[in-house]
Amino acid sequence: MTAPPLLEVRNLRVVYPGDDGDFRAVRNVSFSLGRERLGIVGESGSGKSTTGRAIMGLIPRPGRVEADAMRLGDADLTRLNERGFRRLRGKRIAMVMQDPKFSLDPVMTVGKQVAETHRYHFRSSWKAARTAALEMLEAVHIRDPERVYAQYPHQISGGMGQRVMIAMMLIAGPEILIADEPTSALDVSVQQQVLAIMDEMVRSRGMGLILISHNLRLVSSFCDRVLVMYAGQIVESCRANRLHAATHPYTRGLLTALPELGNRRAELPQLRRDPEWLADLPAQVGTAP
Amino acid sequence: MIELDRVSVTYGVGHTALRAVQDVSLRIASGEALGLVGESGSGKSTVLRAVAGLIPHAEGRIAIDGRVLPNRRPRESRKIIQMVFQDPYGSLHPNQTVDQTLSAPIAIHRLGDAERRIMAALTEVGLGREHRYRYPHQLSGGQRQRVAIARALILEPRALLLDEPTSALDVSVQAEILNLLTRLRRDHGLTMLMVSHDLAVIAHICDRIGVMRGGRLLEMTTAAAMAEGRVSDPYSQQLLRANQTLDPAAIADVTA
Repeated sequence: MTAPPLLEVRNLRVVYPGDDGDFRAVRNVSFSLGRERLGIVGESGSGKSTTGRAIMGLIPRPGRVEADAMRLGDADLTRLNERGFRRLRGKRIAMVMQDPKFSLDPVMTVGKQVAETHRYHFRSSWKAARTAALEMLEAVHIRDPERVYAQYPHQISGGMGQRVMIAMMLIAGPEILIADEPTSALDVSVQQQVLAIMDEMVRSRGMGLILISHNLRLVSSFCDRVLVMYAGQIVESCRANRLHAATHPYTRGLLTALPELGNRRAELPQLRRDPEWLADLPAQVGTAP
Repeated sequence: MIELDRVSVTYGVGHTALRAVQDVSLRIASGEALGLVGESGSGKSTVLRAVAGLIPHAEGRIAIDGRVLPNRRPRESRKIIQMVFQDPYGSLHPNQTVDQTLSAPIAIHRLGDAERRIMAALTEVGLGREHRYRYPHQLSGGQRQRVAIARALILEPRALLLDEPTSALDVSVQAEILNLLTRLRRDHGLTMLMVSHDLAVIAHICDRIGVMRGGRLLEMTTAAAMAEGRVSDPYSQQLLRANQTLDPAAIADVTA
């Protein structure tokens, strides 16, 4: 990569103190993100969401985030306090979560929620923010933005809700979008639309995207590059279209455990977890593209 | 073994009435596994609930072994057909141990011999003695789904109704549960009616697959035909594409 990366993470660690010592939810994680679509896959508890939240400064106390370096362009994320993060979130780095039902405010119209982000980051008037919000709703292919603007979250479908979320996240023009299981709560056909919209927005604005998902097929067909996480570490990193040729036994295990249309096996191979996979890895794994 | 003849389900009355299932007819032979696929709101889960007797106002005819079931189900029919739900955390009582959960059906059906039955059911689903007195929150997602399956099996039913039994689970755990279901079907000759939005999961367990949309059964096809892309209905084709990879057509639809 010739251009400097949008985001650089070196040796990220997220630690939760516990009664019997610290629990390392994320460890030895290093990667950089350019103007690309990076997928992070893994099972529940692998640390993929925690990685995303750590970048956003969303790890609650007593959890601790430590890193040798975590830089968003010129901003040093390791030195930011809550106020600093608040100025950054939405403006330079944004996150779409799994279920719009829970991430939208139920007692505020969705349009106003989108406009609020604009007002906060640009100190704009409600009128200007409203105009910007309507434009943004249109950009995510909502057909009748005026009508949707005035609706409450319970009045819109899940797919529509996720489009609203994307509009809200992109209205302040961030450089990076982190999407944490953005389509898991949606139907397959709606999933495709939401991904398509996200892809279009990220491309046209030259953004970087981190897609966090448990769905190997989705990540391998949507992303450029994939990081595979297990027990808090990146165990493998490869080009998305080469995921089928992954070498780590964990990734291989996940791939073969998936039922396949047209290849019915009497028994699906079950994943055997090797205690060796838990051993600390050198922190460079995720860096090489 | 299970026969549905023009089954319809309507929720609500008057102009707000919603026809959730419309004239669905199908037959499942003894020992067969039949799958229903479709999106949320297609009516696939409602069909399952109607068969289970959870929707007393279902219209049409539902028969087991040729005997039509009345809307209020006799206790014996519940012993023949049991259901496993999607989310094992929601379907197990949080304040009851595995032992209590498994004892209830034995008591209701006055089967007796609880000790032996509970241990047999636990062994059957790959759980041990140590899991017997645990609460749901002390079990992993996969173990909880095993308990839910044990609860269904304890009455030694002939048919299982499976509502998205693996969609709340991780890939590796999904494989374990699917293997368990395959083995149970083989060992006990269980008849299965399974609902899922995941075509690959359905095709792994089931031979015949019905595609549902808007409350109607659009097409009855087979797993083999699906795999070869031999489906006639345009919606089935779309569903098939969407299940495989990212569908460029869907992307073109939105961005056009």
